[in-house]
Amino acid sequence: MNHLPLIIKREYLTKVRNKSFIIMTFLSPIIMIALVALVAYLSQLNNDKLRTISVLDETGLLNDVFENTENTNYTMLNELSLEEAKILVKEKEDYGLLYISKVNDLQNFTGNVKFYSQDSPSLGTISSLERKLEKKFSDLKLQSVGVDLEQIRLSKVNIDIAQESFEGEKSSKIDNIMKLAFGGAAGYLLFMFIIIYGNMIMRSVIEEKTSRIIEVIISSVKPIQLMMGKIIGTSLAGVTQFVIWVILGGVLLVVVSAIFGIDLAQVQTPQQEMVNQAIQEEGAQAFAENLITAIGNLPMTNLIIAFMLFFISGYLLYSSLYASIGAAVDNETDTQQFMLPILMPLILAVYVGIFTVIEDPHGTVSTVFSFIPFTSPVVMLMRIPFGVPLWQQGLSLLILIGTFIFAVWFAAKIYRVGILMYGKKPTYKELFKWMKY
Amino acid sequence: MNDLLVADSVSKHYGKFKALNNVSIAVPKGSIFGLLGPNGAGKTTLIRIINQITMPDQGSVLLDGQPLKPEHIKDIGYLPEERGLYKSMKVGEQALYLAQLKGMSKAEAKTRLKYWFEKLEIGDWWNKKIQELSKGQAQKIQFIVTVLHQPKLLIFDEPFSGFDPINANLIKDEILKLRDEGATVIFSTHRMESVEELCDHIALLHKSNKVLDGRLNDIKRQYKTNTFEVGLQSNNSENVLNDIKASFDVLPATFKNLNDDIKLNIKIDSGTSPNDLLSFLTNKAEVHHFVEVIPSANDIFIQTVKNN
Repeated sequence: MNHLPLIIKREYLTKVRNKSFIIMTFLSPIIMIALVALVAYLSQLNNDKLRTISVLDETGLLNDVFENTENTNYTMLNELSLEEAKILVKEKEDYGLLYISKVNDLQNFTGNVKFYSQDSPSLGTISSLERKLEKKFSDLKLQSVGVDLEQIRLSKVNIDIAQESFEGEKSSKIDNIMKLAFGGAAGYLLFMFIIIYGNMIMRSVIEEKTSRIIEVIISSVKPIQLMMGKIIGTSLAGVTQFVIWVILGGVLLVVVSAIFGIDLAQVQTPQQEMVNQAIQEEGAQAFAENLITAIGNLPMTNLIIAFMLFFISGYLLYSSLYASIGAAVDNETDTQQFMLPILMPLILAVYVGIFTVIEDPHGTVSTVFSFIPFTSPVVMLMRIPFGVPLWQQGLSLLILIGTFIFAVWFAAKIYRVGILMYGKKPTYKELFKWMKY
Repeated sequence: MNDLLVADSVSKHYGKFKALNNVSIAVPKGSIFGLLGPNGAGKTTLIRIINQITMPDQGSVLLDGQPLKPEHIKDIGYLPEERGLYKSMKVGEQALYLAQLKGMSKAEAKTRLKYWFEKLEIGDWWNKKIQELSKGQAQKIQFIVTVLHQPKLLIFDEPFSGFDPINANLIKDEILKLRDEGATVIFSTHRMESVEELCDHIALLHKSNKVLDGRLNDIKRQYKTNTFEVGLQSNNSENVLNDIKASFDVLPATFKNLNDDIKLNIKIDSGTSPNDLLSFLTNKAEVHHFVEVIPSANDIFIQTVKNN
């Protein structure tokens, strides 16, 4: 008898009706958005503060270096000794005092520059000061050996390499950024999905054990049916939650930024810096056009199909392992020991994805990891936007599905024996023995 | 075909541990069959094999003459010893779910559930969650779920644990009624008094082997020792006692009786009839108490387990 639909329905309804599930579904996006808004607000607050930096320049060469900006004012101090300046700055409660000692020989200038302040200065401030001084002094050095600065400026050439594949496909830097964004999002989504809902499956198996209903159920249905029903039912609940999160999150984001006038796009992330850089180089108009072609250039059909296949098989692979952990133990505290071997390849996959795929999407490391079944779903999803040959995708998927079938078989064995074992926490050796029962 | 369930030389290993060794039982149709044995004897393993939860390594199990197959699940109702329900699910919903897993349609399950809920006077529990019920109340639900789909074979593992005496009686009566309506019952328990009350047949497992089986009355007959418990009154009890001791094997007996001078267990040879003993005794003293000692299921259980 096939009870799978019945089991899926029950699992889904129990999950979805669960109070904490409902609360999490509606509260998480609110909390997330609130957090993002708070961070944005705070970083704006921080940037808004006006800093005054006093400069004591004994060389007399740097008058034109320091220009006041929105956030920073520079005060040039003249005819004061260092000690007097320090006292003065301290009394004025300035951000700090930049001291450049007298230079005797410009050619051998080693940069006797110090920054005095009450609290340690921010990294950004220091490096910005360093950049200013470096530029000025190297200009001065160049001038002192008789180089015309204007000529150097005129000799600068700006090159933007237009990229085109042999098949005539045009691409640009934005393309790469889009590819990274798509791949990264897909891989990360899978990672989060596995962790959140894998755990949920595990808990629901443990619940059946602790409530002792398992033997009643198992006298009516096959363990593997129960396990698959649980996995599918929980995943559907997960998808429901995710969809609500995305919709609710999107709406809230718009509402919050409209109400509080916080420009959330200003929150700086490394990706955004790259985008900003690209915008600066190409101009906003060109950027928008390139963005659209970039999205158009992505192998969309391939991306969507591959995403579905890798996501589903990867998720099923891991969730069947989670289910078997739930079956092997009696309570949640005992799961730690078995969680590690599952989490390790998953975390490894994300790191490999982040560090090697960005660097070289078709390099040896990323290629190998996109075939190893436990890392392949995440790594391959990150690689695909960069164009992976179909045979590679197919082979990787085949290996993944093979492993998934093996894992389900393995999990079903552990599950079948484990759900009826109470009391003691099993060791790996015992788990291995269960395979033979 | 008079046996509903036949297990034929069933063996099961767990690693090196032998949980069942060549165990054969035959459960007659319409009987209440007591599956007895000390803890760890293999009862649960055998029951799980009958329920197709585990597969036997060797041997076969026939239900109604056919080898067990998945379709038989709906013919069996099983109340495990380790039992429970989903705590946060509502009573009615849960019972419907479990009934549907046994192959009933939703509508049919609903009608039958209503009938049982009224019968056991728990109609107002339908929308309660299991965690709001007491243990005994939850057991009632569990019992209903076990018998709801009108299975041919009912398997109860310690069905009375968790019930107060009133509810235990209620359940006992229901079990008897189900038997009278044609169901066959396998009944596993440690409580020997309920075995006496309910079982027609028993099988005793010990250390993975079957050590005894048959009709309870036949077994009792086998185990009786031709011993009679007697209470006598006499003015000259010392002489009487000596006379009896000279002719028969005698053991002291304890039973409650009004002012008997002599209380004895007297064993007679197989050639001697109880009437011979009685006439011997009436010649010596006044007989107030004369009962054949029939071994209780408890005695048989303890004796068999100790001898093996």
